[in-house]
Amino acid sequence: MATSPRLDAKIPDGQLSEKWTKFRSTVPLVNPANKRNIEIIVVGTGLAGASAAASLAEMGYKVKAFCFQDSPRRAHSIAAQGGVNAAKNYQNDGDSVYRLFYDTIKGGDYRAREANVHRLSEVSGNIIDQCVAQGVPFAREYGGLLSNRSFGGTQVQRTFYAAGQTGQQLLLGAYSALQRQVGLGNVTMYTRHEMMDVVMVDGKARGIIARDLISGKLERHFGHAVLLCTGGYGNVFYLSTNAMGSNVTAAWKAHKKGAFFGNPCYTQIHPTCIPVSGDHQSKLTLMSESLRNDGRIWVPKKPNDTRPANQIPEDERDYYLERRYPAFGNLVPRDIASRAAKERCDAGYGVGASKKAVYLDYAAAILRYGRVEATKRGMHNASNEELQVMGKEVVKEKYGNLFDMYKQITGEDPYEVPMRIYPAVHYTMGGLWVDYNLMTTVPGLYALGEANFSDHGANRLGASALMQGLADGYFVIPYTIGAYLSGDIRTKAIPTDAPEFVAAEKAVQDTIDKLMSIQGTKSVDYYHKKLGLIMWDKCGMARNEVGLKEAIEEIKALRKEFWSNVRIPGDANEFNPELEKAGRVADFLELGELMCIDALNRNESCGGHFREEYQTEEGEAKRDDENYAYVAAWEYKGDSDYELHKEELVYENIKIAQRSYK
Amino acid sequence: MNLTLKVWRQKNTNTEGNFENYDVQGISEDMSFLEMFDVLNERLINDGKEPIAFDHDCREGICGMCSMYINGSPHGPNRGVTTCQLHMRSFKSGDTITVEPWRAAAFPVIKDLTVNRSSFDRIISAGGFVSVNTGNAQDANALPIAKEKADEAFAAAACIGCGACVAACKNASAMLFTSAKISQLALLPQGQAEREMRAEKMVAQMDIEGFGACTNTGACEAECPKGISLENIARMNREYFGAVLSSKEHE
Ligand SMILES: Cc1cc2nc3c(=O)[nH]c(=O)nc-3n(C[C@H](O)[C@H](O)[C@H](O)COP(=O)(O)OP(=O)(O)OC[C@H]3O[C@@H](n4cnc5c(N)ncnc54)[C@H](O)[C@@H]3O)c2cc1C
Ligand code: SF4
Ligand code: FES
Repeated sequence: MATSPRLDAKIPDGQLSEKWTKFRSTVPLVNPANKRNIEIIVVGTGLAGASAAASLAEMGYKVKAFCFQDSPRRAHSIAAQGGVNAAKNYQNDGDSVYRLFYDTIKGGDYRAREANVHRLSEVSGNIIDQCVAQGVPFAREYGGLLSNRSFGGTQVQRTFYAAGQTGQQLLLGAYSALQRQVGLGNVTMYTRHEMMDVVMVDGKARGIIARDLISGKLERHFGHAVLLCTGGYGNVFYLSTNAMGSNVTAAWKAHKKGAFFGNPCYTQIHPTCIPVSGDHQSKLTLMSESLRNDGRIWVPKKPNDTRPANQIPEDERDYYLERRYPAFGNLVPRDIASRAAKERCDAGYGVGASKKAVYLDYAAAILRYGRVEATKRGMHNASNEELQVMGKEVVKEKYGNLFDMYKQITGEDPYEVPMRIYPAVHYTMGGLWVDYNLMTTVPGLYALGEANFSDHGANRLGASALMQGLADGYFVIPYTIGAYLSGDIRTKAIPTDAPEFVAAEKAVQDTIDKLMSIQGTKSVDYYHKKLGLIMWDKCGMARNEVGLKEAIEEIKALRKEFWSNVRIPGDANEFNPELEKAGRVADFLELGELMCIDALNRNESCGGHFREEYQTEEGEAKRDDENYAYVAAWEYKGDSDYELHKEELVYENIKIAQRSYK
Repeated sequence: MNLTLKVWRQKNTNTEGNFENYDVQGISEDMSFLEMFDVLNERLINDGKEPIAFDHDCREGICGMCSMYINGSPHGPNRGVTTCQLHMRSFKSGDTITVEPWRAAAFPVIKDLTVNRSSFDRIISAGGFVSVNTGNAQDANALPIAKEKADEAFAAAACIGCGACVAACKNASAMLFTSAKISQLALLPQGQAEREMRAEKMVAQMDIEGFGACTNTGACEAECPKGISLENIARMNREYFGAVLSSKEHE
């Protein structure tokens, strides 16, 4: 298999461990006087966008940043719970840059690019340093040093955290750096603005059309380069752990302007989420993977067991992860844990009213921590009650906000009864294809954070998205963008009355007018829910050829119906949340089809992509390295018409092997 | 369950608003307050009416976007809970529920229950940061910080910037929000260098935005969904007066 000539990953030559260092010291620079004349547009101010916008502004570039929420502090990154990885080896447990690199490649089921992942591991430590310097209050030990915990797919403790609110604290750190630059006048921040399209001039990305969500007005913005930091597209499934507004629009519009879409079918289904409780459900809530550090997952050994959890004796419980994967136990990677839960529920062992749930049990951890505390406090004859109280205190300190959240939502107290959990859509490994410099196939158009496809292969390990978003924004783009902009110092700002801007704005306006004029009979949510069901049933945790083919037809039909029967109330020239949703769902209705096409093309199982036809006898994913060790990068050619380009994945440093967590 | 909702409707910032009544039926107690609004909005759309505009995003109590003033309390009757985490099991069938936007001069209404809180961003821009450029940091463990201090700083940093404290206060004061950030950074060694300037600038910005003065009623603490404590306001006052005093000394 050869790489398509349209895909040049621009991976620097040399030894893997020296590529980034060498690149950094040889990449062309832009001198300070020129930087002041260069404008950069950053769309999205989550971890990736806020860190990029702040860092580029500190370097002297003129930055314009956009987000659709009322403040950058509200980006979906805020909701990340469990932690952020870094190869600091503070625990002296054998961690290293190489081990983090290796775990990430293996965790991604050998479908990620070596050079990018190694760079990510190299800069991971700097992220922690930077965040601490900003005043991010990470969890600490009594000695004053930083504390760590374990996440799935690893055997070391390298995850830094701030209770169950790590994303919040990291984002507030990046946000404060960004707001500082806003205050200094180096960044112009456009909140409640949505990017509607990319503007292309002479084959390069030179700006965007944005909609002011309060007034409904369209605006034209010029930039020498455009960075898309717009997050993932898990909401194509309607129900997911993503925030309600998370969308694919920016990435999809870029795709239609020539940016290839990488591995769209790679979706992460997270094993531990609060199960669906009814049709009214608008989103699903994650229970952080960090809970698998201490919690034990089980189902009853008897099918259809209706006894309450606490009345099922120990020897009638099946701790199926510990049974099937003794080496990693409850800490196997997410794809494996999710499939194992589905397998048990499908086989009739599920619990709760819907039978689509398994238990995540803290009873043993509470007792264990209680004993540790008793020893610390010199209480040799502590009663069971005392042990329970002390154990619950420790658990509360570690996971209190998650336990509270569970109780809020379900009305049950997880300190007393095991939580009921089930897998849910959580993260998208696929995204815009980017080269080593994070540039898409459109010159001058970059993608950072979850919006790109780059580092997680077919399955992302826990606590690695925060790491990647911040690596891209703080430590990668400030260097790699120089490679492009150093050639652009003579380009004067293009006036926004140039014909390309006018035409792009008109196209956006036409689409809005078309949407508003339909005035059909069904709400946007109606279509979104229908799409979500198709995707979940046929392109979700398990996929097969027949189902995918059906899904493609069903999505096409649904899209047609949407464009003739959706009803958007109100006016386009005002604050209109239904219109915002309609634009996003229109794009999901196209993306969904491409995801199915990609899943159908990939005749193997790897990571989060599980094709039922391709499994081992024990039901594990069966990869086909001979034919599918490539990144599928899709080019948009027209309605329902996509051309596949392949980037061959070459493993020079890691021996590609069957992934085993047994 | 069946409920009557009395909801504030306002077309935009420049028009007057008024309450309208809606009956909603068949609400399950597992629904969140916002999911109940989804049901109502779906019905309004099907009836050819305009749905009610409200802010929300994460629906997990962390982004700080949701902001409904429910029966006279920001985020509703339960302590420590945002609107999106409030569930219908906290109400009973037959209840009438009044829902309004945050009311404060510094938070103008955009539409219905949606308000503009960019004043909070400007307060942070005035000084809610440590001035450290990317790439300048030393090794993270080179700076040990006592666990108690780190925990205290974390408790202050847990503020989600929702603005319930302002909505709860009869003076529409932003002291709790501002003091949470000032405290977080004052408690940590990283925040020391800019400590005085920070307090002065952030307090000045608060005044420019038109937030009211603090008269220590404690309503903010009682309504804050993240348990941000009044002690932060006391600490901020110490920081601020210390800063003003020392800048006088320098004159
Ligand atoms: C509940 C939950 C918990 C998680 N926990 C962890 C964890 O513990 N560890 C971990 O590593 N990862 C975790 N993740 C994953 C991680 O949070 C995300 O992958 C990451 O935060 C994405 O960051 P981002 O900057 O790429 O995008 P986001 O934070 O999603 O930001 C997207 C930005 O783009 C803007 N935007 C989007 N579209 C447009 C548009 N058209 N116009 C203008 N602006 C736009 C938005 O306003 C926003 O500012 C979690 C995810 C979820 C859902
Ligand atoms: S202090 Fe509390 S009420 Fe005020 S903005 Fe912060 S979290 Fe909201
Ligand atoms: S919607 Fe995010 S806090 Fe309520």
